[in-house]
Amino acid sequence: MSMPAFNPIIALLLTSLVAAAALALVRDYRWSARLNILASSIVLLFALLLFHSRPPVDDLLLADDLNVVFIALNAFVGLTTSIFSASYIGHELETGRLTPGYLRFYHVMFQLMMFGMDLALTANNIGLMWVAIELATLSTIVMVGIYRTHEALEAAWKYFILGSVGIALALFGTILVYLAAVSTIGEGMGAMAWTNLLRHAATLDPSLLNIAFVFLLLGYGTKVGLAPMHAWLPDAHAEGPTPVSAVLSGLLLNVALYALLRFKMIVAANPGTIAVGPLMISLGLGSLIFSSFMLYRRRDIKRMFAYSSIEHMGIIVFAFGMGGPLGNFAGLLQMTMHSLTKSAIFFSVGHVAQVKGTQKIADIHGLTSSHPLLGWTLVASVLAIAGLPPFGVFTSEFLVITSAFARAPALAALAAFGLLVAFGALLLRLGSLAFGEPTGPRTPVRASYLPIFAHLSLVLIGGLYMPGAMVVWFQNVASLLK
Amino acid sequence: MSPLAFDIAHMFAGGLVLVSFMMLYQDRLLPLINVLSLHSLLLALSVAWQANVQDKPDLYVTAVIALGFKSIIIPMALRRMVVRMELHREIEVAVGTGMTMLLGVGLVALSMDLMLRVTAGASALAREDVALALSVVLLGLLMMVTRRNAVSQVIGFMSIENGLILAGTGARGMPLVVEISVAFSILIAFIVIGIFLFRIRERFDTVDLHALDRFRGERR
Repeated sequence: MSMPAFNPIIALLLTSLVAAAALALVRDYRWSARLNILASSIVLLFALLLFHSRPPVDDLLLADDLNVVFIALNAFVGLTTSIFSASYIGHELETGRLTPGYLRFYHVMFQLMMFGMDLALTANNIGLMWVAIELATLSTIVMVGIYRTHEALEAAWKYFILGSVGIALALFGTILVYLAAVSTIGEGMGAMAWTNLLRHAATLDPSLLNIAFVFLLLGYGTKVGLAPMHAWLPDAHAEGPTPVSAVLSGLLLNVALYALLRFKMIVAANPGTIAVGPLMISLGLGSLIFSSFMLYRRRDIKRMFAYSSIEHMGIIVFAFGMGGPLGNFAGLLQMTMHSLTKSAIFFSVGHVAQVKGTQKIADIHGLTSSHPLLGWTLVASVLAIAGLPPFGVFTSEFLVITSAFARAPALAALAAFGLLVAFGALLLRLGSLAFGEPTGPRTPVRASYLPIFAHLSLVLIGGLYMPGAMVVWFQNVASLLK
Repeated sequence: MSPLAFDIAHMFAGGLVLVSFMMLYQDRLLPLINVLSLHSLLLALSVAWQANVQDKPDLYVTAVIALGFKSIIIPMALRRMVVRMELHREIEVAVGTGMTMLLGVGLVALSMDLMLRVTAGASALAREDVALALSVVLLGLLMMVTRRNAVSQVIGFMSIENGLILAGTGARGMPLVVEISVAFSILIAFIVIGIFLFRIRERFDTVDLHALDRFRGERR
């Protein structure tokens, strides 16, 4: 009897769980912030190890070409957020918005959320994936409500109600997929394993798969924040602590979308099913255009960037709906770039809100003259998210539009229109935020720029020069997605 | 499967739909909690019967959870909460009972038509169960959107969960992972809800969500 082989996935998942348990015991918030960073670094280490050696696929867990990059992205943004959070929470304690007890709770929930997201990404079992997304959602709900103000409670309650409805629809879809599989694959765990489902996809009952996908699209689509199921998203982003906004936008939306992609692969592999592309295209375009107009009416800075997340999720879902090697390539790239850029924006916005003591756009002016470094960082990251070259978001949005133009010019024109409208809104607000006569306190900022710069430089590299190996990898996955 | 076994399974599942309708028109909180209790009791019976006819002893665990946790413990806790907050005298203005019931009938017809058509290949028991389960889920959703009170929204959510478990047990041989996880998630969800209700009460002195609507979200 030999020792069971070392499995990086299990090591990664255990790290978060153990860290969550340990953080429950640490009283001093400085130590818990450090422990949080340490745990996140170990998770990143194991995630990178997955590129080197992948454990064999079993009925519960898998690591394949599609998910390794999301696991790595998850771990990376998790680490940078924990670093940002360490500098952010000290200020929240000073101003009395949080107490040490709540902070301890916050750290436990943070690691639980990371555990849930990593489990969802590595799950090979569609039931386990559902449980994991549910866990990640519940832990974020609690964190959104942690300030216990009127607005925070309302945001958390709204998120809870809409999130539960979404998760209920997704579970019904999951049960229908199992029902479709059980006659060919046989009863038991095998019929819930994603790899089995994909292998037998062509023999599954197409009409059941159709209905199942509609439920899954609506259910997980709620978590992705697609309009018209997006109502929870702006509130949750605006009222929760900023590190939570960063991981919500940067990671949780991606995880839900990843779940949808897995199911899309199964449905696409069955010749008898309806084309899911048009469904995703209409939801994606709808979200994109709706949110780009909504961007103009925002008064709260975090809420504005939350709408920008809906807009980007719209573009991504549109890209995957168009499909084809190039469309999928663009979608995957956009997911990565958006997640890096948007979390960088939230990091800087968090510091801005702390130094100015407000989240109202109307009360913040002239950041580049009152806090030059922070101001210019914000300018750079907003330009990046608006899709200006040389940043990576430009590359991916350009790819989305051009690949769509080749196949459906009218739809591509609509998408381009939405992007332009959003671009205008972002620049308009950026102008008043960053330039003009500075308002508010000029207190020096105690920010940690490391996470922001790390993200922005990755986005810049993605826009200027993408390593050949990465392009090959993205193309490989894009062809897997069909 | 014998026709009698099928009929009994059918009766329990149909009973769940019927009790869901009772929830729709019940506008007082304490009786509503009793209806939730009945709903979960019927679910427990239904799951136990499925465990019997499918010869899957592990399903009894799900039945026991439904009976003990969802039919007894949670309703008791909710009742205490309602009494302590002095909500039991309030009459909730449900959005037009007649209209809601009509909508409910429409939803049941929809789910029957949809599910029976697409599940033609599955076994008769699974077909009926999934169709009725979808009705329960949709009725629960309807209840959640027509109510303003946080407690009745929670009850609506629990009836959705009950519908999902009915679907899960109807799908033959669905691994226990899901059942246990559902039970767990209910537990977690309930704790979360508990915390929330507590905090909302603390802040607003009411659990009427109308009070929350003052805050449009956007800071002005």
